[in-house]
Amino acid sequence: MIKEEIIIAGFGGQGVLSMGKILAYSGVMQGLEVSWMPSYGPEMRGGTANVTVILSDRPISSPISHDFDTAIILNQQSMDKFEPMVKPGGVLIYDPNGITRTPERQDIQVYSIDATAEAARSGNMRVFNTMILGGYLKVKPILTFDYVIAGLAKSLPERLHKLLPANEAAIRQGMELIRPR
Amino acid sequence: MEEVKLMKGNEVVAEAAVRCGCDGYFGYPITPQSEILETLMQMRPWETTGMVVLQAESEVAAINMVYGGAACGKKVMTSSSSPGISLMCEGLSYLAGAELPCVVVNVSRGGPGLGTIQPSQADYFQAVKGGGHGDYHLIVLAPNSVQEMYDFVFLGFELAFRYLNPVMILSDGVIGQMMEKVVLSAPVARWTDEQIAAQSSSWAVYGKPETRTRNIVTSLELEADRQEKVNLKLIEKYRRVAAEEVRYETSLCEDADYVLVAYGSSARICAKVVEMAREEGHKVGLLRPITLYPFPTKAIRELADRVKGFLSVEMNAGQMVEDVRLAAEHCAPVAHYGRMGGVVHSPSEVYEALKREFINQ
Amino acid sequence: MAAEVEMKPENLVYAKPRLITDKTMHYCPGCSHGVVHKLVAEVIDEMGLEHDAIGISPVGCAVLAYDYIDIDWVESAHGRATTLATAIKRLRPDKMVFTYQGDGDLAAIGTGETIHAGNRGENITIIFINNAIYGMTGGQMAPTTLVGMKTATTPYGRDTHLNGYPYKIGEVMSLLDGVCYVTRQSVHTPAAVRKAKKAIRKAFENSMAGRGLSLVEIVATCNSGWKLSPVEANRWMEEHMMEFYPLGDLKDTEKK
Repeated sequence: MIKEEIIIAGFGGQGVLSMGKILAYSGVMQGLEVSWMPSYGPEMRGGTANVTVILSDRPISSPISHDFDTAIILNQQSMDKFEPMVKPGGVLIYDPNGITRTPERQDIQVYSIDATAEAARSGNMRVFNTMILGGYLKVKPILTFDYVIAGLAKSLPERLHKLLPANEAAIRQGMELIRPR
Repeated sequence: MEEVKLMKGNEVVAEAAVRCGCDGYFGYPITPQSEILETLMQMRPWETTGMVVLQAESEVAAINMVYGGAACGKKVMTSSSSPGISLMCEGLSYLAGAELPCVVVNVSRGGPGLGTIQPSQADYFQAVKGGGHGDYHLIVLAPNSVQEMYDFVFLGFELAFRYLNPVMILSDGVIGQMMEKVVLSAPVARWTDEQIAAQSSSWAVYGKPETRTRNIVTSLELEADRQEKVNLKLIEKYRRVAAEEVRYETSLCEDADYVLVAYGSSARICAKVVEMAREEGHKVGLLRPITLYPFPTKAIRELADRVKGFLSVEMNAGQMVEDVRLAAEHCAPVAHYGRMGGVVHSPSEVYEALKREFINQ
Repeated sequence: MAAEVEMKPENLVYAKPRLITDKTMHYCPGCSHGVVHKLVAEVIDEMGLEHDAIGISPVGCAVLAYDYIDIDWVESAHGRATTLATAIKRLRPDKMVFTYQGDGDLAAIGTGETIHAGNRGENITIIFINNAIYGMTGGQMAPTTLVGMKTATTPYGRDTHLNGYPYKIGEVMSLLDGVCYVTRQSVHTPAAVRKAKKAIRKAFENSMAGRGLSLVEIVATCNSGWKLSPVEANRWMEEHMMEFYPLGDLKDTEKK
């Protein structure tokens, strides 16, 4: 049985919502039920943004959750807010860039991925979020790689399809980059 | 041709409008539903189906454009969010008074006043009990998924024309903003002017043809006696609606000790609460009104004889709970739980409330 | 008792317009509405638009206009007539769609709707009766009420410090690019009636030709509200109303 409830949270502009979109589209390509529920409050306008994505092989009841299987955290505010909402035994993935207090919980599996630094080194900050996504896919291999590539293509408008190879490479890179606490 | 897509609730309203053969959409931007107008403008249906899409100067103008379009026998609709719906209430009263069909979508947000832009269900009273002046009812549909957001545009027009009454789709920011899989049905052609003349010639205004005397669409009567006749006719219609159009869904109510009553996004949250409670051995069920007007009074009354309590779960200060209480006729206790102001309650919060109110009592 | 005389067709000099119904009009004796209704009915008939005209009646004295002209009508909420007309014309562009509104409906509560319909260049006609008062509700101040004029809500006369100034919405509308024709007429003399009729015809023609919005303002009397006899009201209108609201074309994009 597949039931994965994910929160992705960070600053607006970090590609939080689009990372969620890739996950959701990948789930659809894989034949799963999906829901994608964004925050759309004033935080959308420059502050923090988050999205809840649920992947399941059965109909999804609540698209709202406060108990996540996985949290992907990209800024300190989101760390403070969502670390407590990870289920015991769940996964927390974070990018250490800008994080002043690393996760403290011992009952969850914590991974870090240095995607900001790596993307900056590679000179293409736009693949930052797909790199993080790669890290997630490594830790939680629910979605198979081919469906993710298909989902990526679905989630991007056609005029941006020239960016697909760079993103695919970033996903692979992220898989290598992710480290347990 | 049927298609499966991953779309936002707001976006599918636009898709549904075009695919159901809607003739006109008139709207004014307001968060969290602006994507409806934006998507329609992106789709440019006037180049394909001939559908008119117009950004009005206000919600007041938008609902009155709907009034004008509906008076022609056309399938017309608008959408807005809570503060905008307040502005439309005058027009809704006129539409109901003139017995005009239309669909109005409310992707509601926190209030009162300017409130917040986050999801809320605080417009239940407004939608179900009036909003505008005078004795009237809207038919109110409460979608709980992106798919229903799509389907209910079709259903809404069907009911609106069957009863010559405005239909409101009462949604909220969760359903409007979330993406889910949706099956988009094959497009239906818009009615031709000949079809409209054939089916609505007794009331619609499209230039008096030689085949009939003139039609006048009005909600005005000068004599109290005549207005009362209009009221009686409306009440008779609402009785028919109540007898024939109640829609609801139950899950695991057969053996339930406690029943959650919830609609829209709150019902989705409650479906998970039922799962959580059943896992812990508590017999909890869910009754989801799909039509808020007419309300599933009879279904609740029947359950009231065998359950130990109802918890009405709504993202408001307790509005539908009044109708649940009236329906239960004191045969079972009724309590309310709900976060407000745009805060969406989590399944665990609702479960805690259920324990507090009933299970642990 | 004289025997009933049969009217010979060659002796018939005037008849009720064909599209005016037999319903007894509720307008006060001396009111301008009846004359304007007659002109609208005549022009619709003469243009062959009986089956293609859709009228929108306002809230105000003309709320029951639909009782008197034998075409399809929709009765609007107060001030919203041009939004109804907008939708109807866009959904039925083959039809001739016009609103019939008073000063309160058009220039107070409906100012926004009026201006935006004009600004969008809707292919509709507005027949605007400006009698500087609210007739139906009992003679209260209108946006067009002249300075110093006594009404039920300006019992000591309109005071600009308290009530602001009379509002020339015709001039305002003429500034909008979507508006093709604005004219100010009256119906207090046979000559004026003939000119007003021409203006209404021109406006309807504009609407059918898709030239944009036309506004025909009729400076009118409300002898009941003004508390004058019909004859005195006409005189008062000539002396005071027409000084502030001079007759003539304010805009005509067809006239180069």
